[in-house]
Amino acid sequence: MRARFPGVFLAVIGLAGLIALTGLTAPLLAHHGAASFDTTRELTLKGSVTEWIWANPHCFLKFDAKDDTGTVRNWAVEVSNPTDMTRLGWARTSFKGGDEVTVTLQPVKSGAPIGRLRSVVLPNGQTLASGGGRGAPPPPAPPADK
Amino acid sequence: MANRWFAPIVGSAAVLALSSMLSAQQEILPWNNSGLAQSPNQPAATAPGPAPKRDLTGIWDAGGAGIGARGYQTAPLTPWGDALGKTHKSGDGIRQVPIEQNNDPLSTMGDPGGFPRNLLFELRPFQVVQTPNSVLMLYMFEKRWRTIWTDGRQLPKDPDPRWYGYSVGRWEDDSTFVVNSVGMDERTWLDNAGSPHSDQMKVEERYHRLDQNTMELTVTIDDPKAYTAPWVPRNKLRLRLLPPTIDLIEMIPSATEAAEYKKVFGK
Repeated sequence: MRARFPGVFLAVIGLAGLIALTGLTAPLLAHHGAASFDTTRELTLKGSVTEWIWANPHCFLKFDAKDDTGTVRNWAVEVSNPTDMTRLGWARTSFKGGDEVTVTLQPVKSGAPIGRLRSVVLPNGQTLASGGGRGAPPPPAPPADK
Repeated sequence: MANRWFAPIVGSAAVLALSSMLSAQQEILPWNNSGLAQSPNQPAATAPGPAPKRDLTGIWDAGGAGIGARGYQTAPLTPWGDALGKTHKSGDGIRQVPIEQNNDPLSTMGDPGGFPRNLLFELRPFQVVQTPNSVLMLYMFEKRWRTIWTDGRQLPKDPDPRWYGYSVGRWEDDSTFVVNSVGMDERTWLDNAGSPHSDQMKVEERYHRLDQNTMELTVTIDDPKAYTAPWVPRNKLRLRLLPPTIDLIEMIPSATEAAEYKKVFGK
C-alpha cells in the first residue's frame, strides 16, 4: 500500500496544479475580449525585442520580425496585466531591447501586426507561457459564482 | 525534586512556543505579491479556528472567482435600462465589441470602476479594517477604499452621486455583517459586460464569516429603474484570509496606460 502513496500524492498535486492553473487562466486575456483576434490562427515569428511594456490593463511586447516578403514589421502582442503575469513567472525585467525571441501569437483579424502572445522563447531558451494556447488547459468556465 | 525542575521546563517550553508563534506571525513575505489564494504564499493547510465574533479584520481574497471578466446574467432590463445598456460597448461579455469601439469607462478612459463594479469585476485582495465607528475596505485593484459607517447613521435620502456611493453597515449576528449602499454614479458600469444601472440602485452586501480563514460574500442589486427584479451577481462567493504580512502588487488602471494600450491595439 505504501508504494502507492507517491502516485496518489503526485496525482493529487497534479490535479491541484491543474485546478490552480485553470483558475489562473480565468482572467488572462479576458478583459478586452477576443472580438478583434482571429482565434483560429497561430503564428510563430522570430524577431528582436524593441519594447516591453509592463502596464495595466495589459502588458505588451513589441518586436521587429520579417514577413514572407522580407519586410520588417513591428509587432505588438499583448498578455495579461502585471499581477497575473507575475503569478505566471513573468517580470518587468523579462525582456530588454535587442533580445532575440521566438513568439507564438494569435493575430488580429485586420492583418495589422498586432496579436495576443501565446508563448515566447527567450534568448536563453526558456519559454514563458501566457496562460493559454496550444498544450494549455482548455478555456476556463465562467466564474463559479455567476 | 520534581517541583525543582517543573518551572524551568514549563517556562522554557512556553518561551519556545511563543517564539515559534512570533516567528510564524512575523514572517516577511516578498514584495509585490500578486495575492491570489493560489499563490505559494497561501497559509498552511491546517484546520481553521472558529470565526471571531463581529470581526472581519484581515486581507481577503476570492482567487480567480473574484475576476468576473465576462459579466453576469442579470435580471431582465426595463426599457430604460435596455436603452442605457445599448450605449455600452464592452470588452467582454454580451456587449463585446472590437477594442477600437470599446467605451468601457474604466479600461479605456481610466475612470474609477465604481461601486459595486469593484465587487463584480477584478475583486482582487482587499483589506478590512475596523474602527469604533466604521469598517474600512481597502481594495488592491485601483487602490481604492470605502468607508462603511457603523455608528447608526441612516443612508442619505437624496444624495449627490458618488463613484463609490454611500454605505452603512450593521452586524446581523456575530458572524454576519450587512452593508447597504445608495447614491452610486450612473456613469459607472456594473460589470465587465457593461450592465447598466440607475441612480436609484440599492445594493446589499452580506459578509458571512464561516471560520477563522473563510467568509462568504453575497451581493444583491435592487434597481427598479433599470431592472425588472432584484438580482444576485455574487452568491456566497468564497473569500479566503491571506497572511497579514503580504505586500500586494500595485494594480492601478491609469488613464495614460489605458490610452497607450488602446492606441496600440485599437487598430
